[in-house]
Amino acid sequence: MTVERPRKNPLHRTRQPLLPPGARSRKAHLLTVAAAEGRFALPRCGDCGTYAWPMPEACPNCLSADITAADAPVGAVLLADTSAEVPADPYFRERAPWRVGLAQMDCGPIALVHLHPAPQAGDRLKLTLMLDRAGQAVLHAGPENGGDMRTDKQWQEMVADPRGRRVLITDARHVAALPLARKLADAGAAGIFMGLPEGWKPLENRADFEAVPGLTFVALDLASDRSVEDLVRDIGGKVEILINTADNPRPGGLMAPASATHARMAMEVVAFGLMRLARALGPALAGRGADGGDGAPGAVAWVNVLSVFARATPPEMAGYAAAHAAALSLSHSLRAQLAVGGVRLMTVLTGPTEDDWFQLAPQPKVTGKALADAVVGGLMRGLEEVVVGDVARDLMARLAENPKAVEHDLSQGKL
Amino acid sequence: MDTPRGYDGVVLAVPVTVPYVRHSTDSTQWWVGRALSGLAAGAGVSHREFDGLSIASFSLAPDNTIGLTQHFGLSPRFIDFVPLGGVAGVVALRRAARAVQAGDADIIACIGADTNAPQSFRQSLENFSRFSQDAVYPYGAGGPNVSFALIAQAYMAASGLSRADTGRIAVAQRANALKNPHALMKKPLSLDQYLNSRPIAPPIHLFDCVMPCAGAEAFLVMREETAKAQGLPFVRLTAAIERHNGFPADPVMLRGGWVRDVDTLWGMAGVEPGTVDLVQTYDDYPFISAMQFEDLGLCPKGGAAEFIAGHDFTTTGSLPHNTSGGQLSAGQAGCAGGHLGLVETLRQLTGAAGERQVEGARRALVSGFGMINFDRGLGSGAVVLEAA
Repeated sequence: MTVERPRKNPLHRTRQPLLPPGARSRKAHLLTVAAAEGRFALPRCGDCGTYAWPMPEACPNCLSADITAADAPVGAVLLADTSAEVPADPYFRERAPWRVGLAQMDCGPIALVHLHPAPQAGDRLKLTLMLDRAGQAVLHAGPENGGDMRTDKQWQEMVADPRGRRVLITDARHVAALPLARKLADAGAAGIFMGLPEGWKPLENRADFEAVPGLTFVALDLASDRSVEDLVRDIGGKVEILINTADNPRPGGLMAPASATHARMAMEVVAFGLMRLARALGPALAGRGADGGDGAPGAVAWVNVLSVFARATPPEMAGYAAAHAAALSLSHSLRAQLAVGGVRLMTVLTGPTEDDWFQLAPQPKVTGKALADAVVGGLMRGLEEVVVGDVARDLMARLAENPKAVEHDLSQGKL
Repeated sequence: MDTPRGYDGVVLAVPVTVPYVRHSTDSTQWWVGRALSGLAAGAGVSHREFDGLSIASFSLAPDNTIGLTQHFGLSPRFIDFVPLGGVAGVVALRRAARAVQAGDADIIACIGADTNAPQSFRQSLENFSRFSQDAVYPYGAGGPNVSFALIAQAYMAASGLSRADTGRIAVAQRANALKNPHALMKKPLSLDQYLNSRPIAPPIHLFDCVMPCAGAEAFLVMREETAKAQGLPFVRLTAAIERHNGFPADPVMLRGGWVRDVDTLWGMAGVEPGTVDLVQTYDDYPFISAMQFEDLGLCPKGGAAEFIAGHDFTTTGSLPHNTSGGQLSAGQAGCAGGHLGLVETLRQLTGAAGERQVEGARRALVSGFGMINFDRGLGSGAVVLEAA
């Protein structure tokens, strides 16, 4: 249930964001992809199968250059542990002591890891590849059985746990809005601002929304400069997580009578709406990325809920897909700009959802609850890329294999 | 492996220390210049007579040795650049000795020099190595203190070495440093102070750590007849070993690469292991000195605690160790730390160590250890030097 948020002492300066060291070799970014998606992968030689750490340019066993980030077992043993009491880097110094360990992985390599408070030398570990506040892939080691991650300040520093944070969901009319609100309240969010566009229109399940603890409706129309600016002026400094659910699905190919009108509306909400939000709320979020004073957690994440059609276009959804592709492109720019404050941008690509606008889409479709679970789950794990639903996952896998085949499939109505 | 050919006729002469300072506004090139000047003055010849130049430094960028030849007006026929940290001194000496022995050069100036500014330590950590950049520095940025703390925890658990044991090493070195005018540490250190110092990365505490500083250490390598012709006091090189990444399969560093070559070392020296009058180990942390006592054959593996308890390491003790105060008490001038033990030994074996002179010192063991690239120190080396 919702958590009482400690009040920040207004006399204290907002702590300015610092980031952990962000320099990496180009090859090391093979791991960033896996970490962004929440997969555990390690450098592995394609020829002899030997796992390596740190990322090498050739296999230290057989000198093959065929090094990829391959799925790997997560087990390890702790060889030794210590705490950096006086780190050289300002980010870590501010957060010292910082606990690290030397882990021997079951698959062979030794690694320095961010270490949970519980494990002692000789204990079994469970490794996670995750993104740190600089957006770089790092290894975390926790107890083999999972352990209590709330006691691990270092883990909390890298994920986007809603606990104690205030969340703005931009559009109550999205099928995932109500399940999201409920899920966030369960996860301990300190408050939920629920954006409601065109408030004069009835919201059928308003009573259900109002039953969610800590939920407040706010007027928000992403198609309007003024609406966005007004809202950010009111609550911009009180949002630690933003979840942008605004959407405008209208079927129709390029030759449909209203195609340009529908595309313009979709662009206004999905693409330009995102730009309006980014301009107004982006600086406030990025500036509060380290505002953790007095036990009140700082800004941590921005979530864009987008259609998987941002990546592959069914011809009958031309304008809609274009708007989402635009928003996905903008997301990359926004990610870079939020990164200066250590605020994570998570992109959620969903398949067609279980609602009236996707009535004709084939099953399986994504329920609002499944989408909400994926969003909150992604926040709890600190992910950057989340794909929701079998259709979307299948489409992404096919795209990775053969994008031209996907184009042909979609042109023949085969989702 | 066959025993390498001896270093017959190769000698070291002219110990030079450019006095350390905690922070310097001067560049590393300045420190090299002072070292060269000291070597020329000590040798009684122009620096243009040096036909070999070997430089060890972390902070020389954008230069390396070749640019310094023009910078300082030398025309050498042998140059070397060994930015190898604590093993650089031994590596530089081995290469210079062979070059001189083979006639590729007559007088080689071996210099370790680094400057130090308030931001230098952090900057060098950020850029230390590819593996460090990818897989060490982003994990708490504790630098070598954290990397060595992890090794220390495992090594102390395996060997039974206690902090009181390592403390005895540090305390004796401080006593030695008080007799060294170049040492940065000027106050006595007690075992209580050592044991109660603040944790830096447990089990590493404040007095386990060196103080980074600016400075330079230098010596000349030449043939014996050259030294004699110049009337220079000299010492002989009788044995030398070097090994890098000696035990790649060890999960954690409980031994150094010396173990692979220690028989070669004492075989070349032609003496029973450990029959020396003084020892200079690479003391980036006292427990690493303890590991060297074992791995260089001064005591059996696992016997460091007993060995430490059985010896007085001060300059008047049963086995004088790190007689200059070592890096722990003299300061760590970057790459010059690897040359420190060689230069100090050159003074001791030529009777030029002043107040801290070890009486009757004839033979010494000097070791080097360097470059914690990822999880372990990679380079290990050692030499035996004999008074003329």
